Amino acid sequence: MSAIVPERLQQREVPPLVPPTPAAAALPRASLRRPLGVATAALLGAMVLGITVGPADIPASTVLAALLGHIPFIGYHPHVSPLDWTVIWQIRLPRVVLGGLVGAMLAGGGAAYQGVFRNPLADPYLLGVAAGAGLGATIVIVSASSHPTLLPFAAFAGAVGAVVLTYLVGATSGRAASSASIVLAGVAVAALLTAIQTYLQQQHQPDLQGVYSWILGSFNTASWSDVRLILPYVTISAATLFAHRRLLNVLRVGEDEAGALGLHAARVRLIVVAAATLGTAAAVAVSGLIGFVGIIVPHTVRLVSHSSYRIVMPVSMVGGAAFLILADVVARTVQAPGEIPIGVVTAFVGAPFFLFVLRSRRAQRGVR
Amino acid sequence: MITLDGVSVRYGDTAALRGVSLHVADGEWVGLIGPNGAGKTTLLRALIQLVTHDGRTLVGDVSTDGLSRRALAQRIAYVPQSPELPPEITVADYVLLGRSPHIGYFGVERAEDHRICAALLERLDLAHMAGRQLGTLSGGELQRLVLARALAQQAPVLLLDEPTSALDLGRRVDALEIVDSLRREHDLTVLSAMHDLTLAGQFADRLVLLAEGGVVASGTPDEVLNEVTLTRNFGLHVQVLRTADGELVVAPRRPKRPSEVLPPGLVEGTV
Repeated sequence: MSAIVPERLQQREVPPLVPPTPAAAALPRASLRRPLGVATAALLGAMVLGITVGPADIPASTVLAALLGHIPFIGYHPHVSPLDWTVIWQIRLPRVVLGGLVGAMLAGGGAAYQGVFRNPLADPYLLGVAAGAGLGATIVIVSASSHPTLLPFAAFAGAVGAVVLTYLVGATSGRAASSASIVLAGVAVAALLTAIQTYLQQQHQPDLQGVYSWILGSFNTASWSDVRLILPYVTISAATLFAHRRLLNVLRVGEDEAGALGLHAARVRLIVVAAATLGTAAAVAVSGLIGFVGIIVPHTVRLVSHSSYRIVMPVSMVGGAAFLILADVVARTVQAPGEIPIGVVTAFVGAPFFLFVLRSRRAQRGVR
Repeated sequence: MITLDGVSVRYGDTAALRGVSLHVADGEWVGLIGPNGAGKTTLLRALIQLVTHDGRTLVGDVSTDGLSRRALAQRIAYVPQSPELPPEITVADYVLLGRSPHIGYFGVERAEDHRICAALLERLDLAHMAGRQLGTLSGGELQRLVLARALAQQAPVLLLDEPTSALDLGRRVDALEIVDSLRREHDLTVLSAMHDLTLAGQFADRLVLLAEGGVVASGTPDEVLNEVTLTRNFGLHVQVLRTADGELVVAPRRPKRPSEVLPPGLVEGTV
């Protein structure tokens, strides 16, 4: 009879276990310092490039001198001509700063959405921000084109309204608002709002050009007032998303296990979505619909650095700022003095770059 | 330590648990056995509020309904049957997730959390792979890792849903031995759903047999693991053998002819 019992079971041998050690070695964790340092260096480089490049020929040394000269208390007073200073301060710097804020917001929002929806293809426009903003902007362009100052507010309201609608629809369509039902509701709401927007657009043929150029996105009218307009939203949103970086890591094991680890997954999702919506709606309101940033930047950070949101969230924000500033430089130089829409640049430059990173990284890891 | 009193769970029109009452004493290991769909997983999930239920569930003498998710996670650690194991997460980051119930909403892991997790990895022989990604670990290593995360919660109660289903025979015994020695070291109370009845009988202090959402037998392995009870509830002929040193071995038998399979009392056609 004992022949059918494996020998292991008869012996009850205790597996080799290491005895508890009082002073265990420190836990090795990937460092944030290096990727954040690289991204910060890229951002500074992109800013200098963004301020230097333009139709008026101002050398980089003058740009640096002018900026240093305006930092108070360091006692540096270089000679910069008033014209150069005006170009730098009134035209180029606000454009660079605005591009950086929008890039940081779109990249951080993308990382956050990928985290709470556990979907690598999630981007900040997933729940209807783009469609809502597009509809809001279109309504202003076709009905109140004499009041262009209304445009960002209408786009912002449309974007926030669309996400609220998505949440309401998603929450009533299922027992509880599961992430799948919210994403599906987002698809439906976006389709509906896009249909309305397209209809309005077709009914007002003369305004087609205005609507179209807004949708493709641009920073060519960027001013300090735009920066002031979105800075509070972007700051609150980015700080909230950054503060959720540990919780986004907990959500990586799914809502059930996150719940067993003491987390209210649906509540975290609501807060993160609210924060990301506020920030991306503000960004879209002044920049138009710039695609790809929210997918490319976080994934690039994951591929070249680490997948923990402790690293992905802050590095994506800094890297996203650098990326969009560089994309804007490309947008305004390749066809100078004309400009190509920045959304075209992000897609055109970003997609191949992403594929390149994916391939080289996989080869390095020996993945087929 | 754990008490269920008349716990019922419904999924729509289907009753998954029908008034189950159960008590697990401090430091006891109770094995939940029963066929697929008997309600073992639902019972574990009801205990940690992942499904809504009627009836009372207590941990210690505190009702779990009154506890926040976080307070509950400080008292009960749960290892699901197939845990989510994102291949890109590192071993160190994964274990640190277990500290979540002890970290504030906006807080981050502190040195103390790192120390606890490093000690657990050391204890479970995973310290040398702390920087590796989950996708590069073997099944046995992952099993120990999931246990390490649960232990990082430092909860007095450990719920295990089929802790050994993905492992080969030797690794199964290893995994259960680890649970057993950790239970002794940390004074854990263990409630585990188990499919391997032979191992359930050898490791658990008591067995509770669930069928169709109700408790049909409960007691020591000797009392529960008998041929009539098992054959009736698992729907096939089961033989229970005793080894020379008194351990029970549960052996399912392949049916030869239908008339031989069905013991008296089992309706034809349910097999």
